[in-house]
Amino acid sequence: MSITSLLAISLGAILTNNFIFAQFLGICPFLGVSKKIDTAIGMGAAVTFVMGLASAFCYGINIVLVKLDLAFMQTVAFILVIAGLVQFVEMFLKKNIPTLYTALGVYLPLITTNCAVLGVALLNVQNDYNFIESVVYGITGGLGFLLAIFLFAAVREQLEVSSETPKCFEGFPIALITAGLMALAFMGFSGLKVW
Amino acid sequence: MNFGKQLKEGLITQNPVLVQLLGMCSTMAITTSFFNGLGMGVSVLIILTLSNIFISLLRKIIPNEVRIACYIVVIAGFVTCVDLLLKAFVPALSSSLGVFIPLIVVNCIILGRAEAFASKNTVGASTLDGICQGIGYTIVLIIMCVFREFFGSGTIGGGLLGGGALGSAPGIAIFPAEFGLSMLTLPVGGFLTLGALIAAMQWALAKSEKKKEAK
Repeated sequence: MSITSLLAISLGAILTNNFIFAQFLGICPFLGVSKKIDTAIGMGAAVTFVMGLASAFCYGINIVLVKLDLAFMQTVAFILVIAGLVQFVEMFLKKNIPTLYTALGVYLPLITTNCAVLGVALLNVQNDYNFIESVVYGITGGLGFLLAIFLFAAVREQLEVSSETPKCFEGFPIALITAGLMALAFMGFSGLKVW
Repeated sequence: MNFGKQLKEGLITQNPVLVQLLGMCSTMAITTSFFNGLGMGVSVLIILTLSNIFISLLRKIIPNEVRIACYIVVIAGFVTCVDLLLKAFVPALSSSLGVFIPLIVVNCIILGRAEAFASKNTVGASTLDGICQGIGYTIVLIIMCVFREFFGSGTIGGGLLGGGALGSAPGIAIFPAEFGLSMLTLPVGGFLTLGALIAAMQWALAKSEKKKEAK
């Protein structure tokens, strides 16, 4: 492992293989909490934090599972760890940053069912990343999510103001089309190469 | 318990993807070939039905405060079973769906139905609900697959038809791939197709409502 490989992982997770636009992980909060820039950033930060923590914890759990010959219990074990972590973040936010806590509302417990978090834990195992690579992949994947949701929320705030949307496209469909166009833009990054 | 009414809800008025807007990740990610869509749809159908039955059976035992955690454990158990079965008997499907099979655990459709339906209704009704919602999900997946595959690469039934091994079969070519909109087979196509499909659904629902009002 070298700095270059870590850099390659980070660039891949943030730009070329963005969790939202290339891998379709974490679409629900992406569409659900992107109506305002502030909450979108809060959500992105919370997801980044949980993804980093989850990568670290699940790496440890996986070692134990493999030792015990219980690798088939991965999914169950990971989801339990993630549910616990989310509970922890929720308590932390409630105590220390209550404004963010109320702004995120129902979406905070929903991080548990955010596929990006479970996805990053499973992808770490699939890609055979070591501890540092796993954590870097988790955090940069989260940053990619943050970038995507921030840009998307900025576009969506403008969409709310305009009244040019055809009736049947109002709400979700136009948001999906916007996201599609952004995914098209992100494809431009696929030419990036780290050597 | 009314099979016809529940089927109509699952397919149209309460369609899990197009109306309830649940389970978007897998809907957009794996609908690139007919084989993937069918496999994913049937897997979710089975897991949804089983978890609905189980949660409905346990609904009086599970304490209210920890219900979500309990549901997730039940669902994760069934997902692991299906994952292992697919790895053993349909390895081609398992490898082409990849991480999205274990990710069925966090598919909002299953948790959503557990919370909204199975935890409040009898076993029989929950079973039916699981089957109907599962069929609704599968049909949307298949429509998306056929659309993206046909216009994207000019084939029909990729992975199943056209000779070759299961999962790698090229599908029946209708027109040469060079003429297709290859954009549709990329992630972009997933967003655009689903957006258009939901818009069509909103249009149809609004229209039928207007008709009812006119009567």
